[in-house]
Amino acid sequence: MTARIQVPRETKLGELVEIRIVIQHPMETGYRHDDVGHPIKRNVINALSCRYNGEEIFRADLSSGIAANPYLQFYTVARESGELEFSWIDDEGKEGLERQAVVVKS
Amino acid sequence: MKRRAFLSGLGGAIALPVLPRAARAATQIEPHVRAITGGAQVRKGRVKLELPQLADNGNSVSMKVSVESPMTAADHVKSIHLFSDRNPVTRMASFHLGPRTGKAEVSSRVRLAGSQRVTAVAQLSDGSFWSDAADVVVTLSACVDES
Amino acid sequence: MRRGSAAACLLAAALAWSPAPAQERGIALEKLRSGSAFLGADLRALQADDFANPGMLWVERGEKLWSQPAGKNARSCASCHQDAEASMRGVAARYPKVDPASGKLLDLEGRINLCRAERMGAEALRRESEELLALSAYLARQSRGEPIRVEIGGAAQSHFESGRAFYYRRHGQLNLSCAHCHEQNWGKRLYAETITQGHPNAWPAYRMEWQTLGSLERRLRACLSGIRAEMLPYGASQYLDLELFLAWRAQGLPVEAPGVRR
Repeated sequence: MTARIQVPRETKLGELVEIRIVIQHPMETGYRHDDVGHPIKRNVINALSCRYNGEEIFRADLSSGIAANPYLQFYTVARESGELEFSWIDDEGKEGLERQAVVVKS
Repeated sequence: MKRRAFLSGLGGAIALPVLPRAARAATQIEPHVRAITGGAQVRKGRVKLELPQLADNGNSVSMKVSVESPMTAADHVKSIHLFSDRNPVTRMASFHLGPRTGKAEVSSRVRLAGSQRVTAVAQLSDGSFWSDAADVVVTLSACVDES
Repeated sequence: MRRGSAAACLLAAALAWSPAPAQERGIALEKLRSGSAFLGADLRALQADDFANPGMLWVERGEKLWSQPAGKNARSCASCHQDAEASMRGVAARYPKVDPASGKLLDLEGRINLCRAERMGAEALRRESEELLALSAYLARQSRGEPIRVEIGGAAQSHFESGRAFYYRRHGQLNLSCAHCHEQNWGKRLYAETITQGHPNAWPAYRMEWQTLGSLERRLRACLSGIRAEMLPYGASQYLDLELFLAWRAQGLPVEAPGVRR
């Protein structure tokens, strides 16, 4: 799954860090039908988690009420340099994982 | 076909008493909110839910929800839940935050199955619940209007 | 009921009207307006947001594919064209274009596939495949802001004239031409939507109705479906000719790809 992450390249200790992520995923609602009228099975990313050096800083339970190619923006506070790890899973059990470095100047 | 069936289905619903918008929204989402709050009181305020008043297309509508909070270990937002009074799935999303989140603000893009009221309920670390709601007019509905 | 009377109104208005003569513009250049002008504020902002614009997911994939070797010659696009940001600037704004060697009118997708076949020994990418959409979105993105300007003389002339004829001809069960909506009634409302001038400058675009990125060709097929006309197969020459006419009609409008549309 293609995912794009936007995090400031560098931040200062204690500053708010704006995190944005967009993931390529149809978030299939289960309410659509194909060309011959058969229902298309529901498949959405149902959970997403963001960890900052291993500690969870944000978690989302999602549903078909979130638009296709889901976009999320949230925050954290810059502490130590390290890594943000984004993980998510859809109804079919397919997992996604992306990492982004965080550079914190004191 | 689906649209016609939906509209004629609505025709059957005309026999029911028509509640004012706010009351209708509250009634429909109530059991879902209760599942989160356990019946605790939900007060209006501290939460700000932003959606456009008019959405071009219900398939993707910008949503921003923020809660006034210092986001310290002692005083922070634990979770924010979004409810739709019209979508086939009432609880649209739940966001779980904490002191390390820094700012209680989440943005995303949502699907809206028709003009409706979206409600956000936030749970604070002190156990209290706060809410805000936004009405959106949607000219092309997600889920219901098939392409 | 409403559908029938809307079509009847358009029909009645159309009966009193005839197509513009050759080279004269149905909409004057100074009156051209991109489809973005007809979007609500929310979607317009989404298109302008280089991160959140969902079309950028395909652009990013296209960037990766650009450097990926493919085919018998084990070359990538980058092998010849190096940095797309430099070498491809302005290219998409010139398409559709006649390929001098083969004499064929090509859109961007056709050009990509021709390069793949002739220079890379690679298989053509299927129309509307994720890979072809990604590459065309990536290439079109490199022309963002560039004014559209296509060649309609010489080898392109017969294509231009075919495209123009198609545009002004009535099609399908609703018996409407493109011009009935997009030249005579742009700016007016059709149900809850405002009719645009129907320009190609934001394509490929992320269309809300499809909840994915799609090509101009896919959009034109949807138009034909909308007036209950036969949807010609992908790659049909009529689409290419029409796209050339549309590009001429949109002369000077800036490329906005990847666009966001309803």
